[in-house]
Amino acid sequence: MAAPEHRPSSREVLFMMTCLCDAFYADVAKAAVQVLEHAGCQVSVPPDQTCCGQPPFNGGDFEVSRKVARHTAAVFAGERPIIVPSGSCAAMHFHGNALQFEAQPDREGVDSLGKRTWEIFDFLVHGLGLMSWPGVLPPRRIAIHHSCHTRGTHTGGAIRTLLGSIEGVELIEFGQDEQCCGFGGTFSVSFPHISAGMGTLKLDHILDAKPDLLVSGDMSCLMHLNGLATKQGREIPHRHAVEILAESLDRA
Amino acid sequence: MASPLQPIDDYARTLAPETRAAVIKSAAFTSGQRIEVLRRDYEDPDALRKLARKIKQHTIDRLDHYLEQAESRLKAAGAQVHFATDGPSACRQVLKILQEHGVTRLVKSKSMATEEIHLNPFLEKHGIESIETDLGEFIVQIDDDHPSHIVRPIIHKNRRQVAESLERHGLGAYDDDPKTITRRARVHLREKYMQSGAGITGGNFVSAESGRMVLVTNEGNARFSMAPNKVHIAVIGIEKLVPRDRDLAVFLSLLARSATAQQITVYTQFINGPRSANQPSGPEHMHVVFLDNGRSQVLGGECREILRCIRCGACQNVCPVYRQASGHAYRAVYGGPIGAVLSPLIGDSISFSNYGDLPRASSLCGACREVCPVDIPIPDLLLKLRHGAKKAKLPSPGSPPMGPFADLATSPKLWRTSMTASRAMNYLPLQFAPVKPLRDWLDQRTLPKWRGGEFRRWLKQRPSPVEDQKKHA
Ligand code: SF4
Repeated sequence: MAAPEHRPSSREVLFMMTCLCDAFYADVAKAAVQVLEHAGCQVSVPPDQTCCGQPPFNGGDFEVSRKVARHTAAVFAGERPIIVPSGSCAAMHFHGNALQFEAQPDREGVDSLGKRTWEIFDFLVHGLGLMSWPGVLPPRRIAIHHSCHTRGTHTGGAIRTLLGSIEGVELIEFGQDEQCCGFGGTFSVSFPHISAGMGTLKLDHILDAKPDLLVSGDMSCLMHLNGLATKQGREIPHRHAVEILAESLDRA
Repeated sequence: MASPLQPIDDYARTLAPETRAAVIKSAAFTSGQRIEVLRRDYEDPDALRKLARKIKQHTIDRLDHYLEQAESRLKAAGAQVHFATDGPSACRQVLKILQEHGVTRLVKSKSMATEEIHLNPFLEKHGIESIETDLGEFIVQIDDDHPSHIVRPIIHKNRRQVAESLERHGLGAYDDDPKTITRRARVHLREKYMQSGAGITGGNFVSAESGRMVLVTNEGNARFSMAPNKVHIAVIGIEKLVPRDRDLAVFLSLLARSATAQQITVYTQFINGPRSANQPSGPEHMHVVFLDNGRSQVLGGECREILRCIRCGACQNVCPVYRQASGHAYRAVYGGPIGAVLSPLIGDSISFSNYGDLPRASSLCGACREVCPVDIPIPDLLLKLRHGAKKAKLPSPGSPPMGPFADLATSPKLWRTSMTASRAMNYLPLQFAPVKPLRDWLDQRTLPKWRGGEFRRWLKQRPSPVEDQKKHA
């Protein structure tokens, strides 16, 4: 699901916090705003934003998910780029909406969402042209989990580029890294055992590589992996990739 | 109300750990080799995939034209062509051909189409001995089992279990040395080849331009199934056509690499009608049975792209759900992502509800689409099937209803209050999940601490607050 080619890259941006950060991960949203501002952006956060509509969409309930998408399209109307700290919600905008609005008369509004949405790392590197990130961090072995909805996009490469440029960061590899963490939203609720098996296998591979920290561009995967690890008595220090950028700024 | 687990999830829950380990090992290994071989051999494997997609899509878009063309070329080459609308009709036609030729024993090479129509049990019921000659399929047959993988039918069995099967079947005392196993099966099967009156095969491709049919195997058993026999019957899905002979180059290059990470299968046979006057051996009669079994309906529907499938199994190998659940969890002939799309669509009208859990049993991770040699957007098709089930008001046990969540997500004020009051917890889809899956979910996972609305509060009290959207509007 490739991201659209020509998206606006002005520094006046709209920030979409995602429902997950709204509910659980305030620090990630804060870090994202700080990072964008450091990159010279003027950040607006539309207060009426809620969710991209993925939960009902993934359930095949397009009637319901289209309602949410229409709301989001109205809240983020305009010309400015929309920046999201989640590859999954970004893909919902440029891929999911195209699918569920295929034959809808009002697809224009949501098309505009898709044409302006950037996953935050993609934006920093390919929108703003940043090739490195300032700052120094204490030496750390970092494993990156690329969320599935960033397949075929530039997000993975962009995360590697920026994190890899920070002094002190060592990016490490782990086995079967193309495999899913098993979350998939309601999938994990409807199929809890398959999902847990997938997540456990993923944890095994990551922990085998002995990272100091696991990072990702999507909190949902990290939430799932950590939720499993905690129950299993294993520890998996984890953070959103954008938090690493913010931390590095603090120490710059 | 306790709601039972979804069939595929329950199957995964009770799967023997060593079977799962074997499935994961083989699937991960083949997936890794596949990409290595493709990258080694092609500068841009993706370009080849896109080409294959184009050719196949073109073919299924004009399927009636190419079917007619193939039929006339096959007939010109001396073959007889039959069309079967569904499984029972295909079985009857095969039986009729066999009866006309007085055949009571036959050999078969591996074919998913004949699995799909349950040909073997049907023939057995009519007093005809039909022996599978692919080693894996042979074991499946003597065990009264079902293949669990499109390409590797007995990947769910280890060599000790295979040795036990042979012993049970009277093929010598227990010996799990792979060489011994193969030799014993070979000796047994050679005899069957010589006693048979017909050979039944599938068909990997048929060129419409020439009527030439292609069969690939790694064991050479398709050749053997044909060589000593007077009658050859090929049962082939109508979507197996390609327009021209030269297109075969594209598909043969992709099929072997995608399926088994081979550059080419050990045996690749081009069959151009029955034996001609100057050929020393080969079947005198060739019958091709084109099988529809729901395919034309798929062609007219939203999921038509699935008909591009060349049955390589790459999606199955890479699929994390298959790796956890194994192929049998899909309960139908096709396992993995291809099965999750195809099983509800083909066969009879109850398939859609029988296999209703399969399209939902995916995290939509998209690994399948990434490896598919004909670039089928499998996750999109799964979503369309889910949507179709919703529209048809099919029950989707285990899935939480989404109405309340959407109401909340379209009422910003209520959303904000709920977030802060952490009342939104009450709207989380999790809360609506049926009890059993939910309990199982929480048994295995923790949820992070609720910090609803905190980011919004931080925004408000920043010294240089982030501008509000309204000022810009
Ligand atoms: S859907 Fe694609 S990857 Fe899966 S078996 Fe068919 S051709 Fe192969």
